[in-house]
Amino acid sequence: MGEQTPFDEMYNPDGSVREPYRALSEWLGEQPDKALALMQADAEAIFRKLGITFAVYGSEEGTEKVIPFDVIPRIIAANEWRRLSKGIEQRVKALNAFLHDIYHRQEILKAGRVPEKLILNNEAFCPQMMGLDPARGVYAHIIGVDIVRVGPDEFYVLEDNLRTPSGVSYMLEDREAMMMLAPDLFQKSKVAPVETYPENLRRTLESVAPANFKGNTPNIAVLTPGIFNSAYFEHSFLADQMGAQLCEGNDLFVDGGKVYMRTTTGPERVDVIYRRIDDDYLDPLTFRPDSMLGVPGLFDAYRAGNVTLVNAPGTGIADDKAVYTYVPEIIEFYLGEKALLQNVPTYNCTDENQRAWVLENIADLVVKEVHGSGGYGMMVGPTSSKAMHAEFRKKIEARPDNYIVQPTLNLSTCPTHINGDVAPRHVDLRPYVLVGDEVRITPGGLTRVALKKGSLVVNSSQGGGTKDTWVLED
Amino acid sequence: MLGRTAANLFWLSRYVERAENMARLLEVGYRMSLTSRREGGASEHLVSMMQAAEVDEAFALKHDVADVDTVARYMMFDPDNPSSVYSCLQAARTNARAVRTAITTDMWESMNGAWLEFSQIKPRDVRGAKLLGLLQWVKQRSHEFRGALLGTILRDDGFAFLQAGNFVERADNTARILDMKYYVLLPRSSLVGGEIDIQQWTLILRAASAHRAYRHVYHDRYKAHNIADFLIMRQEMPRSLVYCANFVQQNLDNLAKLYGRKECCHEAAESLLSMVEGTDMETIFSNGLHEFLTEFVARNNRVTDALSESYNFY
Repeated sequence: MGEQTPFDEMYNPDGSVREPYRALSEWLGEQPDKALALMQADAEAIFRKLGITFAVYGSEEGTEKVIPFDVIPRIIAANEWRRLSKGIEQRVKALNAFLHDIYHRQEILKAGRVPEKLILNNEAFCPQMMGLDPARGVYAHIIGVDIVRVGPDEFYVLEDNLRTPSGVSYMLEDREAMMMLAPDLFQKSKVAPVETYPENLRRTLESVAPANFKGNTPNIAVLTPGIFNSAYFEHSFLADQMGAQLCEGNDLFVDGGKVYMRTTTGPERVDVIYRRIDDDYLDPLTFRPDSMLGVPGLFDAYRAGNVTLVNAPGTGIADDKAVYTYVPEIIEFYLGEKALLQNVPTYNCTDENQRAWVLENIADLVVKEVHGSGGYGMMVGPTSSKAMHAEFRKKIEARPDNYIVQPTLNLSTCPTHINGDVAPRHVDLRPYVLVGDEVRITPGGLTRVALKKGSLVVNSSQGGGTKDTWVLED
Repeated sequence: MLGRTAANLFWLSRYVERAENMARLLEVGYRMSLTSRREGGASEHLVSMMQAAEVDEAFALKHDVADVDTVARYMMFDPDNPSSVYSCLQAARTNARAVRTAITTDMWESMNGAWLEFSQIKPRDVRGAKLLGLLQWVKQRSHEFRGALLGTILRDDGFAFLQAGNFVERADNTARILDMKYYVLLPRSSLVGGEIDIQQWTLILRAASAHRAYRHVYHDRYKAHNIADFLIMRQEMPRSLVYCANFVQQNLDNLAKLYGRKECCHEAAESLLSMVEGTDMETIFSNGLHEFLTEFVARNNRVTDALSESYNFY
């Protein structure tokens, strides 16, 4: 893949415009000079005013950043989306079946299809979950699957985010901003709505209320680490959109195995908790004793079936980078189907031959720490120094099981507004999936774009931006 | 509603109101210092203004000289001064962020916008005539927030907590503004009723935005008795003690109705109101205006304590 021109989402190699981008291309041609720059400035002002920010850790007090928003949308054709969403649905079903199995009979381990050691010795494995039956058998309710495209028909899943995928508020606000900024473009296109997400989220959460829940509407709380968390905006946004209560650990307490909120009129029962804090911090009595973020006794209430935790603790075992390589296996094992979406080819460094090849070719490869995230603990060979290559060679030799290695993918590009000009930049895609009484996938998702020329790193913490993502309807 | 949310709403509107009142106080202190005809008078007025805001001692620990620039900077921008406009707006915005789900988008945008604009201002650019402009701006942003509040929020318990916070704070501030007159005049009682005296009472009225309203009500020259009456006893004056105390009680009554029971805060609010309703200006002046105001501020604080006890603030 290396030096080749990347797949362009908008233009064919002969320079003609791909079908889904026709209206956009015309519209771009009609825009007077500076129109895009003005839109960009308006967008920035809208986002700042709304306070759609993320906090940057370790920086000066009050530094909340607005994620750069690109005014040129990324467009996905209806048939492309049908393929993608089928593949996603297949994946999340298989992964939930996998989680149920891992925390019950462990058939897949007994069958030798996934190495036992990989699961049972994994730090994301949560022994406290053994034998526990979450409502409707769902473990991962809210999922963001990271997908990249390298060719007209080549989509790869980069990562399954089953723990606390973030960014859905950007998906919604990007749409909001785009409708404000370019209503004429919307009128020319049939764009599938994303505004149903909060409603679907609420329905999903209600559908997984504890089995013993009686009453009309379950009480739903969003549990946040608080206003200093980098994703606090999203937590409050989602609670607001769903009409749910936004709680910090201190707002909740457990009494007699049931969870309550401290309200102005006394305790009030909570049935479903969409938690945005990590497993380790959920309950100091079960997990990290030094945590101030969680709720003492929460896990016992969960075990007793008196509250639903979304996502379930221990789901991380299914999006572990090492387990990722087995997802095609997992799909076959539980669903008896071939995986519809491909994994990125991944080299196994514990295999001697593969390791030797990896060490030799490290300059062309991407190395990721098995438990790393957010672009930390990884090395992108082609853009790293010789010293870095040497350092990661040593690391892999010392702990081959701690790293996965993949080829550097030539991510597709999408036209992007850069200083008054339009230029191709690399993008990825994170569609959002909800699993409850049914699987609900919002058409589109969050497109992240690397604003630096040639850069493949799209993370917001590394200077990436976002685009509104349009799925066209037939 | 979460007890924490109620507490945040209460304090959110208190801080917005306080920012506004700090601007008003500073305006009076500043104008007084401009019109002072005595040596050292400027500093004296500024210090008594800080006494009214109860920040004089903390100021003295930090600064040797109380000139206009230093005091203005301390009252406007100093993060060490918990009552500075900076601290108030920041605290208000932090509270607003914590209760984003309990306030409307309009309220949030107003608060967030005020904070973003204010945090762009460089203290060194705000001197002389510019200071008054900025003080005006602070008041306007406070009005805007209150407008967003009144125009958009549901009339539920959240509204009652917001309103209670607003009027508890305003009562406190009006009492302090009046008390400032006491501080200003006390050392020079011979001047009571003189030209300077009248000028200062005018400024006090200005601080309460009551300068023209006073004329409409009394058609009269400035008299200490009338001015105190106006800011303490007048039902139609929206910054008077009786108006504020009434409003606090009304909002607590609404809470009692919504929640179906009375709590200890209702008693505290009644005690505050009865203090102003059960007296007259003669009695107040003969027992001492300062003493009256001190007791009022203390009872007003008890309302806050009782509220947080009654509704599980934390």
